[in-house]
Amino acid sequence: MSGEDFVARLKKRFGAKIAGANLQGVDPWIEVTPDGLVEVGEYLKAEPDLRFDMLNCISGVDYFEPDAKKASKAEWQPHIEVVYHLSSIAQKHTLVLKVILPRWKNNQPGQLPEVPSVTGVWRAAEWHEREVYDLSGIMFLGNPDLRRILCPEDWVGYPLRRDYEMPLEYHGIRGR
Amino acid sequence: MATYTDDPRIVEFDVRTDEMLVNMGPQHPSTHGVLRLVLRTDGEIVSEVQCHLGYLHRCAEKIGENLTPRQWIPYTDRMDYLAAMNMNLGWSLAVEKLLKYELPPKAKHLRVIIAELGRIASHLVGMGAYGLDLGTFSPFLYAFREREKLLDLFEEVCGARLTYSYLTPGGATADLPQGWLQKVEAFLKQFEPVIAEYHALLTTNSIFIKRTCGIGVLPPEMAINYGCTGPMLRGSGIDHDLRRDGEARYTDMYDGYAFEVIAQKNGSYPRDHVYPAVPPEAVLGDCWHRFYVRMLEVVQAIDLVRQGMERYSTTPGDWGQPIKLSTKLPKGEAYLETECPRGQMGFYLVSDGSAIPWRVRARSSCFCNLSVASELCHGCLIADVPAIIGSVDIVMGEIDR
Repeated sequence: MSGEDFVARLKKRFGAKIAGANLQGVDPWIEVTPDGLVEVGEYLKAEPDLRFDMLNCISGVDYFEPDAKKASKAEWQPHIEVVYHLSSIAQKHTLVLKVILPRWKNNQPGQLPEVPSVTGVWRAAEWHEREVYDLSGIMFLGNPDLRRILCPEDWVGYPLRRDYEMPLEYHGIRGR
Repeated sequence: MATYTDDPRIVEFDVRTDEMLVNMGPQHPSTHGVLRLVLRTDGEIVSEVQCHLGYLHRCAEKIGENLTPRQWIPYTDRMDYLAAMNMNLGWSLAVEKLLKYELPPKAKHLRVIIAELGRIASHLVGMGAYGLDLGTFSPFLYAFREREKLLDLFEEVCGARLTYSYLTPGGATADLPQGWLQKVEAFLKQFEPVIAEYHALLTTNSIFIKRTCGIGVLPPEMAINYGCTGPMLRGSGIDHDLRRDGEARYTDMYDGYAFEVIAQKNGSYPRDHVYPAVPPEAVLGDCWHRFYVRMLEVVQAIDLVRQGMERYSTTPGDWGQPIKLSTKLPKGEAYLETECPRGQMGFYLVSDGSAIPWRVRARSSCFCNLSVASELCHGCLIADVPAIIGSVDIVMGEIDR
């Protein structure tokens, strides 16, 4: 199935929940709105000719330039992306899904943007979502155990955000 | 009424079992690094296992946002330090994918030799350390005796014994030294008969069989659902290996090589090698099968190294020059997974057009493999927890990055 046909098939089924697609790049990807993510995931997993039964990776990518001079040249508006890499053991193919979110919920710094959790579709998501929450600061609604996983539980801030600043001090240990 | 210590009510109270939280690690010898497990136990039975990670978190992904891809190679070494060559390979291929860089054929054969030797070295530790987990010390010494020779070979190639930084985007940092292939052949000749010793020490050892057969059974659907890969997945009988099923850029390397995926199909393993038979107690997906798949992969890797050496010495051309340190990356993103000894290691790279990637992400195979551990340990004995965690063959450096 070619990329265009596949996107057309998803659009026919899910309408506006398929927000866009980029079929040109090295790895083509499809953008899904947050409210359609679980539905699309269940469909991709169940459909016999797709069978995306394995979730390989979830990554958070922060698009933000703290330097105002460089920021004016950037081609994008500040946003954050959650990237889902899927593959199928049965059909031997791969797929990239993206959810694009504002950096902060309601533009209130400190309020994490929200995505529904896909733990119910792929169990592998549980730890990956914890990691993305820990490092990139994205709230996964419905994850059964959303705690920090790599950083200590009392860590402040989200290290993989581009505007993250290393704390000066952590339990008496100098940070900078 | 006086109460005596042999009063049944008091005895009943004394032996009453209660739920107890047992802390295992982070310095426990059988957690392979610094993994902390909190076990909820009722007597000897474990009802819940919670993994606490992060003791070895070195912010590799954050560092990757400040370095060029070639500068980041040493950091990939330090993720899975037991299979550093394979980690270098995974990262190099991901960068080459973004650059759309075409390797000379000789470089591909060089990489097959190196990657498969790395697989042998890694599985040797996996095997030896698994013996340690189960309380036998000798297999560890036997494994390190051979691994030492392999490390000598690697040292000759790149000067390092553990963190090689040898394979880079574009090929490798140097060609194989003169006369090295003969030394590899001599090693393989000496190594092949030794494998029978490992099988005698562990695979067919009756204590080993009792400790591993039927323990920690991982059903295939659960393995896929939890994203388990590598020997974990194949030990559950799923015929999936990225060397055959992966992306074209990776499978190209193994194009024309004869090998079969090591997984149980129709009740038997691929019959191309001599190996001891599966004991009747073993259940597909248990610790024994995971261990066995690794052992068979060692035999397979020997075969692949031989094929690679033959092709390498007959292929004319260049071994592949590394790309320049300041090579500009094209705008875009690339994700590529390779079959590392412990599972599928993925690297994800986002670039904004400069020489330094915008975002670097490492998808760790052990991370997913370990996430299923709490499911496997549910209802097992405390003594089986090391057996199960050991059979997952984790390296904390890779999990915590």
